[in-house]
Amino acid sequence: MTKTDTSRPEGVAPTPSHTVGPFYGYALPFRGGEEIAPLGHPDTLTVHGHVYDGEGRPLPDALVEVWGPGPDGVLPAVDGSMRRDPASGGFLGRNGVEFTGFGRSQTDANGHWYARTLRPGARGRNAPYLSVCVFARGLLVHLFTRIYLPGDEAALAADPLLSRLDEERRGTLIAAAEGGTAYRFDIRLQGEGETVFLEFR
Amino acid sequence: MTLTQHDIDQEIAAEHAAYDKRVAEGAPVEHHPRRDYAPYRSSVLRHPKQPLVAIDTARDPELVELSSPAFGERDITEIDNDLTRQHTGDPVGERITVSGRLLDRAGRPVRGQLIEIWQANSAGRYAHQREQHDAPLDPNFTGFGRTLTDADGFYRFTTIQPGPYPWRNHANAWRPAHIHFSVFGSAFTQRLVTQMYFPGDPLFPYDPILQSVTDDAARQRLVATYDHGLSVPEFSLGYHWDIVLDGPAATWLEEGR
Ligand SMILES: [Fe+3]
Repeated sequence: MTKTDTSRPEGVAPTPSHTVGPFYGYALPFRGGEEIAPLGHPDTLTVHGHVYDGEGRPLPDALVEVWGPGPDGVLPAVDGSMRRDPASGGFLGRNGVEFTGFGRSQTDANGHWYARTLRPGARGRNAPYLSVCVFARGLLVHLFTRIYLPGDEAALAADPLLSRLDEERRGTLIAAAEGGTAYRFDIRLQGEGETVFLEFR
Repeated sequence: MTLTQHDIDQEIAAEHAAYDKRVAEGAPVEHHPRRDYAPYRSSVLRHPKQPLVAIDTARDPELVELSSPAFGERDITEIDNDLTRQHTGDPVGERITVSGRLLDRAGRPVRGQLIEIWQANSAGRYAHQREQHDAPLDPNFTGFGRTLTDADGFYRFTTIQPGPYPWRNHANAWRPAHIHFSVFGSAFTQRLVTQMYFPGDPLFPYDPILQSVTDDAARQRLVATYDHGLSVPEFSLGYHWDIVLDGPAATWLEEGR
């Protein structure tokens, strides 16, 4: 029964999640997926890191999606992240000017990923952050986490999520400054230093 | 020691029994797999052991996760939803039409959202370089497509019936034929990646990935329905499959809660 009866007022039951599997690599990644910031934008930063399993081994088959606001804190409603060439059907890439806020990075053979995007601005009482969704072979349901940036200690201390976490766990959500505009953010799926993952209710 | 299908069958049965017992004792229905479902061996080192940290979305309309990236006509071309037209020749296999609606948990259509699919060819082979299965590649089939849902939440793909394929979870492990789906909702919290199966596949009971959904009704929701009304005369067989997104959306605006 997969035609859904929408007549019941109490709502309908959700479609179960499944793993992304190992073979999405020719389908989901798109040209310029990691390059979210418009070319040459002065507020550009790079976040990068590895995705590790419970034995500290990097995952060569993880997919990291990043979604966040611009420096003004506004979430873009701009399409064109995976702009297509109407002639060839291939990926044309972003248009180099507009900011869509969304990107997709595949880990390389060393389990490393990066995204170049705009420094996020604050929204409401939250310290500025990028929302992250992680997929991998072996992961039956994707995982959400957040990348907060170091620097504004007052904003981080007041953040409604960070303020609920103990010091060690809180640290897994704050990227490490590497000088310039580069930030390191490793994602540990399991074990020592396991990243804080979120569920939304 | 080689892990046999019999070993996996016993683990699958034990997980089912444990779920039935939890529900009988009053635990809630589980619509999604548990990330630590061990019969799927790749999950063992790839699931968090700490509990997830819950965020009450109703208390903060400013959450980034309550909105979703926008996709539109610039992100797709007109034939992206026809996987049989991506090369100069026709792919080998039985043509199918797969269609259904994208809904939220209130049963409302989710409009203008991106659906991406990918799949093996009719011989059970992915056009992926790390794929080890020695079934033939089809030069006329890549096996991925995308579309946007329409004003009523409908999507539609034309493709080829994918074949089942072996994998190395245990000795003689075979995946039932399936199409992978990646779906966005109106909120990033509703993000979904899943797989659609075909009715009556004899491989269902043996597959630890499908069986990771331990709730019988939930598992049934992953199986499409043959729909003669969707079959195209002299061309393709039709399958209907609705997708219902989980996770809170920004309904607090409309409902004023
Ligand atoms: Fe597959």
